[in-house]
Amino acid sequence: MAKVKKIVKSITIDADKCNGCKACEVICSSWHATPRYSSNNPARSRIRIVRSPLRDIYLPVYAGEYTAAECTGRDKYILDGKEYAECDFCRASCPSRDLFKEPDSGLPLKCDMCEDTPALDKPKCVEWCLADALIYVEREEEVEEDQPELGDVEIGIGSMIDKYGLEKVLDTIARMAKP
Amino acid sequence: MRYGEIGFDLEVDLSRGSIDRVETDPRDTKLYLGGLGTNAKIMWDRVPPGTEAFSEDNLLIFGTGLLCGTGAPGCNRTIVSTVSPQTKLMAYSMMGGFWAPELKYAGYDKVIVRGQSEELVYLWINNDKVEIRDAAHLKGLGATETSEAIRRELKDPDIQVAAIGLAGENRVFYASVEQGRSSASRGGIGAVMGDKGLKAIAVRGKKDINVADPAKYMDLCNDVLKYIKFREDNPIKGMPAILQGLGSPQEMRIVDEEWHTTSFMWGNSRTRRKDFWTHEIEEKWRETQENVRTRLISCHNCPMKCGATISVPGLPTYMMKCYSKLTYTMAAYGDLDFGFKIAQKATEYGLDGFSAPQSMAFGLELLEAGILTKEDFPGMPDDNEGRFFYLIEKIVRREGIGDILADGTYWAARRIGNGAEKFDHNTIKKHEQLPLKLGMLNPVYYLMYSTGEKINITQIEGQFPQEPLPTREAREEFVKDWFQVPDEKFKKYYVDWEPRGEMSNPYYPTVEASCDIVDWMEKMHYIDDALGMCAGLSSFPLKPPYHIHNYPEFIKAATGMEMDKDELWKAATRNRTLMRALNVRFGMRRADDRPPEDHWKKRFPDLEKQLLDAYYKLKGFNDQGIPTPEALHDLELDYVAEEFEQKGIYSHG
Repeated sequence: MAKVKKIVKSITIDADKCNGCKACEVICSSWHATPRYSSNNPARSRIRIVRSPLRDIYLPVYAGEYTAAECTGRDKYILDGKEYAECDFCRASCPSRDLFKEPDSGLPLKCDMCEDTPALDKPKCVEWCLADALIYVEREEEVEEDQPELGDVEIGIGSMIDKYGLEKVLDTIARMAKP
Repeated sequence: MRYGEIGFDLEVDLSRGSIDRVETDPRDTKLYLGGLGTNAKIMWDRVPPGTEAFSEDNLLIFGTGLLCGTGAPGCNRTIVSTVSPQTKLMAYSMMGGFWAPELKYAGYDKVIVRGQSEELVYLWINNDKVEIRDAAHLKGLGATETSEAIRRELKDPDIQVAAIGLAGENRVFYASVEQGRSSASRGGIGAVMGDKGLKAIAVRGKKDINVADPAKYMDLCNDVLKYIKFREDNPIKGMPAILQGLGSPQEMRIVDEEWHTTSFMWGNSRTRRKDFWTHEIEEKWRETQENVRTRLISCHNCPMKCGATISVPGLPTYMMKCYSKLTYTMAAYGDLDFGFKIAQKATEYGLDGFSAPQSMAFGLELLEAGILTKEDFPGMPDDNEGRFFYLIEKIVRREGIGDILADGTYWAARRIGNGAEKFDHNTIKKHEQLPLKLGMLNPVYYLMYSTGEKINITQIEGQFPQEPLPTREAREEFVKDWFQVPDEKFKKYYVDWEPRGEMSNPYYPTVEASCDIVDWMEKMHYIDDALGMCAGLSSFPLKPPYHIHNYPEFIKAATGMEMDKDELWKAATRNRTLMRALNVRFGMRRADDRPPEDHWKKRFPDLEKQLLDAYYKLKGFNDQGIPTPEALHDLELDYVAEEFEQKGIYSHG
């Protein structure tokens, strides 16, 4: 497949600056509510702070890919004398934890950088982080052509297929689609 | 569906072991908004006069504000209401942190606790699942230790815990409820929690908080954030460092404590040390503070960083509330390093940062005066800091002299007798005040000290500067972008106010102007306390982002209720009046409405009488400070008037 240039959006996390206020969780869940801003609920947020104030751990992590299987990573990292679990840095919505999953349905959540028309200057969590712990970065990368980003519905159906099997999901959708 | 609020309270009876989820009446929201307002209504309806603080019948209400947990930055306060063991009036205490939003995410506006448990228990609120759990293994643990133990036990680091320490378990009259980096400290609510056998309330919520007009609400929130940034970049010129910005006073960020250390009193609110702050002290204190301060931290959804994680070498880490760093230091004539060390213990034990150090300094004064003797303090070290460490242990365990000092200076003085009463010189309504003694009577502060239902000046003052800037030009400059005023007349009051001469204290601001100024400041606090907004972004600092002009819009967009400036002003008046009515029902009268005798050297009895008369009149109180039937009728509080008539409160005074 041909390579094409594409703008890749990411958030650099300056964890030293995070003060643990959760404004990112509030605004993220609020932006993604339907209708937009109609509710907020950090449990639905696509960015979460791994927070342990007495150990001085404040680590914002934003949701990455959904994965059907958990990995084997259970290592510990000690940084500046503070112990982190490998999972703390991981952005995956995975079966080993309930992070980045819709609390009602369990369907996976993924950061979409607040895609909108017209495009925002930066994702909402970055805008609301007055502590500057979240820094929006755009960089140009060469990527494979024809790899459309999966939307929420595709990711959700993908996780249902992983859980129940393609056949059962198709049967169910077919049954539900009948008038 | 309800908007802004959830519409359900959790009723817990610890005597019976019952838990109920009860739908609330939206008409009460319209009248009292939420938070303190609806807490007060519940107290009026269900806690009859004569109810003892330590009794099954006393309620302990943890109420969230109407806008808590919505997108509104800084809206995270829990308002705790109960009968205070110390004042025997309504305890009026609050905390920031993360607890209130978490409770709303779990699906409740309030937790209302009644009864008493025979065994120590804790409450675990996990969305729809609520349990009363055994807390025998938590007995004697510190408040922070308790929170950590519960998080480990329930295997969720995001659980928010409000807990008491040993002081609460042992019913110290100034025991606090601690929660993350915040605490509800004043009035001894921790002692009531201990009396109920309730060690902690742990909460985890994963539900939505809804608002009625999402786009409008978000515009309002964004405007607030923009203004916070503006104020961060534009500190107010001419004011002391600690008063220039937003937030609760920035004690954790700022090292420059010249204003507090040289204006406030040391010891048992006795000695002013005008020359205390020197370059050497500043350098030493900077080193101390920067060495122990790990990180500046915030409450839920707030960009301010008013708190800090403190790690003193050799001691467990804790989170510090603003002013406690100085209250112990100054009461003990100690060093800042000592302040950070003893505050660690005080936080774990769960003690109020004003009352505890003053009660200790009071005890040591009595020893010096010979009213108490060495035998009352067996084994006490000789150095002042060592004595404070000794006393804190005695107090939280109620051992020996500690049992007496645990009742606070007012009650301790009466238990000790023998002239000790004279040394209880800094209380209002039996409650320890800021250690501050001044020269010339300030009419505005006279009214706030005398009449405030919070009985705590920092929770009443704000908005209007504490002193005039030195020149008229500077004051004119100050009022230029002062759009927060409810009326243009406040700008004139300020510009005309001079540091000296005819247009200065005590006769200026005039009686009328003083009443107006107090009315405005008080109203903003009552609004904050109903909405759950932190005073640090609203009623407390100069030129705040929340004010009487944008609040009605916030309430309307959040809840869908009709609201305008007049109606909000009236709701705040209603809540203020209901709080007064509750305290009147507990026996409070005009004679109680006064500052400590020695708060100002220069007093003016005639002027003070005029001030109090005019304030009562403006508030719709009679000359005993009791709300009149007419005023109560205008505020739709006829039920209060009816009870006052029936009980003969108007006729007997």
